[in-house]
Amino acid sequence: MNKVTCDACGHINPEGTVLCASCGKPIDKNQHIDGNENSNLLNMRYDGTARRSQTYNKTIVDKVWNFFSSVKVGVTLIVITLVASAVGTILPQEMYIPPNVQPSVHYKDQYGLIGQIYYQLGFHNLYSSWWYMTLLALIGISIVIASIDRVVPLYRALKNQRARRHESFLQRQRYFSKTEVVTEEDKAKVLASLKKLRYNITEENGHLMAEKGRFSRWGPYVNHVGLIIFLIGALLRFLPFMYIDDFVWVREGETKAIPQTNGEYFIENKDFILETYGDSEEDQRFAEALERQGPVAKNFQTDAIIYKNDGAEVVGSEPDLKVLKEGSIQVNHPIKFDGFALYQSSYQLNEFESMSFKIHEVNDEEELALASFTVDLTNPAYEYELDNGFRVKIDQYFPDYYLDDGEPRSETKYPRNPAFVFFVYPPNQEEPEVSFAGIGRNIDASGQNQYKIGLQGFDVRDVTGLSVRRDYTLPILGLGGIIFMIGVVQGMYWYHRRVWIHPKENGWWIAAHTNKNWFGLKKDIEKAIQNTNITMVKDQQDNNEK
Amino acid sequence: MGKIEEARVRKSQKKKIRLLFRSILLFIMFSALIFALVSNFNKDKAVIGVSDVAPNFVLHQMNGKEETLELSGLEGKGVMLNFWATYCKPCEEEMPYMESLYPEYSEKGVEIVAVSVDATKLVIDRFIDKYELSFPVLHDNNGQVMDAYNIGPLPTTFFINSEGKVVEKIEGALTLNRLESYLQQIQPDE
Repeated sequence: MNKVTCDACGHINPEGTVLCASCGKPIDKNQHIDGNENSNLLNMRYDGTARRSQTYNKTIVDKVWNFFSSVKVGVTLIVITLVASAVGTILPQEMYIPPNVQPSVHYKDQYGLIGQIYYQLGFHNLYSSWWYMTLLALIGISIVIASIDRVVPLYRALKNQRARRHESFLQRQRYFSKTEVVTEEDKAKVLASLKKLRYNITEENGHLMAEKGRFSRWGPYVNHVGLIIFLIGALLRFLPFMYIDDFVWVREGETKAIPQTNGEYFIENKDFILETYGDSEEDQRFAEALERQGPVAKNFQTDAIIYKNDGAEVVGSEPDLKVLKEGSIQVNHPIKFDGFALYQSSYQLNEFESMSFKIHEVNDEEELALASFTVDLTNPAYEYELDNGFRVKIDQYFPDYYLDDGEPRSETKYPRNPAFVFFVYPPNQEEPEVSFAGIGRNIDASGQNQYKIGLQGFDVRDVTGLSVRRDYTLPILGLGGIIFMIGVVQGMYWYHRRVWIHPKENGWWIAAHTNKNWFGLKKDIEKAIQNTNITMVKDQQDNNEK
Repeated sequence: MGKIEEARVRKSQKKKIRLLFRSILLFIMFSALIFALVSNFNKDKAVIGVSDVAPNFVLHQMNGKEETLELSGLEGKGVMLNFWATYCKPCEEEMPYMESLYPEYSEKGVEIVAVSVDATKLVIDRFIDKYELSFPVLHDNNGQVMDAYNIGPLPTTFFINSEGKVVEKIEGALTLNRLESYLQQIQPDE
């Protein structure tokens, strides 16, 4: 279709080319694309190749493609995403509000009207909202398409570039100089020096091009490949097979199904250990600091057994547990099995496990125990046969006692504040005495009791909070990250430098270009023309106003 | 002329390949986007919802003659599956309604099953005694069934038809009238 033929060298360039790929002569009608018409210097971006084919804009596919190919579109998407990300930090996201409140109520109560609007716009789950994810994906698509549309022409242009360049191309490079007379001796010297500086030299009819570090030009694209791999890894996190993130509380002595494993794995918490500094001899050196600071945690540890459930396909049925692994879980030292990892991530200390009570006579000031019994709070017995003919029946058990309009109730199922209504049957008596007993409470219901129940002691246990993780996306994310960094290094620590030498009658024109570090290029040229009569290149950017 | 003809053919082929390449790449990328959106949407959704098959389970039964109750054993009946706890006030409020409708609807082929997520048997037993519950009350000691049904707030009630499919899922307490209308929905045909 509308190819552009270079009027200087006859090379056929694709539509949209700014600088002829072969000789570099500016293509007159396309100079506006890179803004060259207002400048003495040429914009060397992508070496003046055609980036977006205007020709193939016929089908919807091409239109979509060209839309994403635009850097402007890409930058706009990034800016929108950044603004949205910032909005998500104004109020806490839903996962950070207390777990026991309704978000619809919480946001309104805590932050008023703004909170309500925030909630109703769905900003409380911003980062997993469909539109936020779409934005991220569109950025990804934009990166892929824009990269393809640029790296392919650039690669072709650099591969096909010729040593012989059009004069208007050379004159409009940033570094340029003319030397009227150059001796053969000087020419040889310059070439030798350039070779010594590791430039690759190509020659075409006496025209020379010295080039090095073209490798650097691919850095941004390698970088983008890394980003895309990273995005793919993030995408795979939606597959439960690839990524699991859950949490489980396990009490000491308790065996619990590990969530997200469909009842296949169980964990038993044998012991939870919290150590603080100051417990051991060697910690004495911290004594002074600890005195000021108070206790400082040293170790959080769960000694656990992992079981595999060999039987029981039906949920809730008795599992057939086989020990799979035994070990301790510490912060940053998870226990790992079959792709899963359990991390120590929370704990609760001193939850009541059992309570002991004694029965004594109301009038006995010494409170001499006539009988005593222990209630296992996780599985309290219904009745207790005691010494001296006493019998106690638990009428009511409130694991987490509170008074609700004068009526005793339990707030949760966890024994945080246990309280009981006991029926005490004294020896040879059919009618029980009713007693209410709990932590710091001991109430005689009728006021005529002969016997009183008193708290004798209690046992506590700890609860460990474990994060359940399975993450097969990490290697992919890691690979993406490594490739990303390779791209960064490639683009940052290498420079693509080109020096063109154009024979003109008895003399030389010298022009040079680099993608970064112009000072380094200048140093290279200085070294190359050392001890010759060749004129040093001038930086034309200093007077680049038309 | 031959050369120009050849060039034109080459060009149109190149164009076709380019279009194909672009179409495939766009297709792959937009499929990935849709995959991500759908997965994310499904993640938020409760595991068990309306028109899903109610997962089978077996649990210890706190009252009645049977030791355990398995959901699959109720096939052919409509099942009202109620998740509750003794410490949950709204759960307590709807219990008498369930008890009052149970005799009538159990005759009509609807079973009421209440799964308690309490920690101890004692509190459940005392509760059963207090309200004189006659429908099966099960104890989900480990919270496994609750996990399998992905229960959020209590009470949550599933109305399951005779084919084992969830017809209705209600979070929160039910009034007597609403309860009865749901029970009618899952009543098996004569």
